[in-house]
Amino acid sequence: MRRALWILAVLLSHWRRHPMQLATLLIGLISATALWSGVQALNQQARNSYDRAAAIFGGARTPMLVASDGKMLPQSVFAELRRAGWPVSPVVEGRVQLDGHSIRLLGIEPFSIPREVGAAPRVGRSELEAFLTPPHRTLISPETLADLGLKEGTAPRLSNDALLPPLMAQQQLAPGVLVVDIGDAQRLLGKQGQISRLLVGQTPGKREPLKSFAGGRLQLVQPEAETDLERLTDSFHLNLTAFGLLSFVVGLFIVNSAIGLAFEQRLPVLRTLRACGVSARQLNSVLIGELVAFALVAGLVGLVCGYIIAAALLPNVAASLRGLYGAQVPGELSLRPEWWVAGLAISVVGALAAATTSLIKAMRLPILSTAQPYAWQEAQRRWLKLQSAAALAFFVAAGLLLWLGQSLLAGFGVLAALMLGAALLLPAILEIVLRLGERGARAALAQWFWADSRQQISGLSLALMALLLALAVNVGVATMVETFSRTFLVWLDGRLAADVYISAADEAQARDIQAWLRTRPEVRAVLPGGRAEIQLAGAPIDVLGLPDHDTYREHWPLLQAGSDAWKQLVRGDGGFVSEQLARRLHLAIGDWIDIPAPTGDWRINVAGIYADYGNPKGQVTVNVAALTRRFPATPITRMAVRAAPADVPGLIAALTDRFGLDGRNVVDQATVKQESKQIFNRTFAVTGALNTFTLGVAAIALLTSLLTLANSRLPQLAPLWAIGLTRRRLAEVELLKTLSLAGLTALLALPLGLMVAWCLIAIVNVKAFGWRLPFDVFPLQLIRLLIVTLVAALIASLLPVLRLARMQPAQLVRTFTIER
Amino acid sequence: MLNIRHLTKSYRSGGEPVKVLRGVDLTVAAGERVALTGESGSGKSTLLHLIAGLDAADGGDILLEGASIGTLDDAARAAIRRERLGLVFQQFNLVPSLSVADNLNFQARLAGRHDPAWHTELVERLGLKPLLKRYPEQLSGGQQQRVAIGRALAVRPSLLLADEPTGNLDEDTADEVMALTRDLVARTGCGFLMVTHSARLAAMLDRQVHLHAGRVA
Repeated sequence: MRRALWILAVLLSHWRRHPMQLATLLIGLISATALWSGVQALNQQARNSYDRAAAIFGGARTPMLVASDGKMLPQSVFAELRRAGWPVSPVVEGRVQLDGHSIRLLGIEPFSIPREVGAAPRVGRSELEAFLTPPHRTLISPETLADLGLKEGTAPRLSNDALLPPLMAQQQLAPGVLVVDIGDAQRLLGKQGQISRLLVGQTPGKREPLKSFAGGRLQLVQPEAETDLERLTDSFHLNLTAFGLLSFVVGLFIVNSAIGLAFEQRLPVLRTLRACGVSARQLNSVLIGELVAFALVAGLVGLVCGYIIAAALLPNVAASLRGLYGAQVPGELSLRPEWWVAGLAISVVGALAAATTSLIKAMRLPILSTAQPYAWQEAQRRWLKLQSAAALAFFVAAGLLLWLGQSLLAGFGVLAALMLGAALLLPAILEIVLRLGERGARAALAQWFWADSRQQISGLSLALMALLLALAVNVGVATMVETFSRTFLVWLDGRLAADVYISAADEAQARDIQAWLRTRPEVRAVLPGGRAEIQLAGAPIDVLGLPDHDTYREHWPLLQAGSDAWKQLVRGDGGFVSEQLARRLHLAIGDWIDIPAPTGDWRINVAGIYADYGNPKGQVTVNVAALTRRFPATPITRMAVRAAPADVPGLIAALTDRFGLDGRNVVDQATVKQESKQIFNRTFAVTGALNTFTLGVAAIALLTSLLTLANSRLPQLAPLWAIGLTRRRLAEVELLKTLSLAGLTALLALPLGLMVAWCLIAIVNVKAFGWRLPFDVFPLQLIRLLIVTLVAALIASLLPVLRLARMQPAQLVRTFTIER
Repeated sequence: MLNIRHLTKSYRSGGEPVKVLRGVDLTVAAGERVALTGESGSGKSTLLHLIAGLDAADGGDILLEGASIGTLDDAARAAIRRERLGLVFQQFNLVPSLSVADNLNFQARLAGRHDPAWHTELVERLGLKPLLKRYPEQLSGGQQQRVAIGRALAVRPSLLLADEPTGNLDEDTADEVMALTRDLVARTGCGFLMVTHSARLAAMLDRQVHLHAGRVA
């Protein structure tokens, strides 16, 4: 053990003498771990919330009995089933309006709840009495309590004037849900004697067949592995994960570069250790131990940084998930211990992966080889051909995935293969370009400039590859976001053609509002609409009812339409489907779909396909009158109003005064558009932040590579100084060389980035969200990124260049005198 | 103490086997100082590397204090190098990131045999006291080689092996280093086998063994 510690001390002494190299290694590991675990923290936080939501008293996690016709069940069926040996527990569910918020209300029967519903909040023994005895209690999550601005113990009044039992906060409860005793729920929802479903426990025993209950209307629904929310948000999280992975890989480029260089510099020491009696096994064990120790330390720091990054991005992510998917994600991070363990593990695994080649070399280290401290750079040259061959293999893989792949994962596979192939090919392309430059050079210094730049490629190749990847992703994502932004704005104008949007508390209020609006001279049209939710081909679908009006006929963002599309809608036998639904179900104009409605299947002809960006759910648009015929229970509480823009503020003020509506129930077009743009911007703010981080990590990779190479470059620079070039001139040439290499890399990154953008638009978006944007190029954006790259390269090279400019002549002279 | 019998070794060069050692027999007694001379390519360094267990022989046997080096695995050969041998190279092979003091202790600490009194004596005899806090790059060639000799002897080896230890030094410095080495070898009582091209330095030792075409001439 003492020997191992002494060997470790000897190995560690290298870093003491080369602190910049150690900093490089740690920065690489910290950046990789921080960005990866930051993204994982965001994903975990969101998934925890979905789990909480799904696990509320069964939800999608517990088997349940429902009515096969989708209607309520009589409460008597609960008693019948219990008597027949079924371990069931009744649940009533509905929505209530509280202070302008629409909130899910669940009624439970705590005595019969199956034990397996373990993830659900439990009503403790001390609280059970309060929950069951008047005035009862309403369980609510602390987040919802805060959102509503209410305090524990208060008994708020609902919009229908009913009084909720006093509120009691429950930490485990998902936000946006109120839980009361089943009797209270039936009273509050006006569903006396009815239940929505029955949770089924797993108690073994003989059970009578279901056919004999409720007139054979009962249907057993098995628990789902994945909830609707998880399905819908999968793409969002996959995108985040892809970014995290990219940042992680860029970070590992730095680690690989630092470890590779350190290994080559330590080769003589490793051989001396072996010569002085350290066995190969012990040396390798200590080398791995050293690396794992670094990875653990850097991993811990990286986790703290990842936590900070996640905490900074969480509000935007939560807003995006709420805006896009209606998912409630608390704004404060609460991470499980697994996250910390996984973060440390990924740091260790990443470090070992980045050090694989060095460790294999150490294991095969012949003691007698001549020490070659900088052989690494030369070895890199030998890898050039192998790298180019690997690049071609990646391009072939990208082509095959593009041709054969169908999934979103295959889409990301195409992107990854394309980028890795391009990164591996970069040194070879730079070599060719610089060789051409060398051939064209006439002056001695120019010739040296090109030749020396070529020699530097091997040392800088990893950093330049990281820069290429970061830039290409920046170009790709920026192009996609800009395209999306422009398309989205045009689309918003089409979707939000009316001037005021109203959401009434109930149908009675909706009728009053409509009647009142029709008496107002400034109102040009009142357009009532409705919405029903169904399941189609295993996924949730919205059926949207629109009135027949010019507002929609002129503005609805139809991508394709049949000749009498709007007439079909009015007749009720035609409908429009959203682009994502059309792609998912392979629907074209003229196809038929069967909509499951309470009145029986509703056969609809696809009369048009329209853009519905940002909506994770599929959507079918029909005439509102046809919708109410087929879905009689659908409340028509929403309406759009046409009015002259100048009259809108006055109209909204009058509506607010007369009907007690507030900003949540009545909004003007400009506000809705503003909110939609905010959701859009917040969604891409996360992407933008990760983009910037990745570019930052690439700049660090360049800086650290330049710093670690700076000392080894002295033997190349000292002779030039000796024959008459000033240190300042040498520094200028060095700066120019770095900028040239970075500039060349950036130029190569532009076409690669556009290919990435095309992949994102034509493959990833289509597979992830179901819609495709037009592909546009924005030259000004590309020029801006090119300038940013050069500035980043300038900053990265400034420190080593300034050091060179200020270097003492004695240091340069030593290059000639040190015995090598 | 060292007994070599019929040692053979060949390398492949350009696909062809090249016989470097063709059956070497050699003994070195405890406390004996032997110079190994011969023209370039005669196999001097190869023989030294085989004795040190840095490479494996094709045939024959090397017995160090009765233990056959050829039959040992890597870990056991490493243990012999660590505890019973001292190695001095032409290139010094100091650890650049360790101070002179730490370089001196280097092998002794690996072997778990650090002896502070012996360390102090070595420092004084080698004249390294004012240099202890320096790093190898701050030393001259002669100073670096003195540290390397100190490192090799700090473990009180049974046998000191030196491969052209003065090859990088000027004549005066080489003489000075040789004199120090002879004194210290005598002080420890270990055997000493030195590869050298220099007839003058070889003459300073007890016995000379000349290698020619892979055999003891």
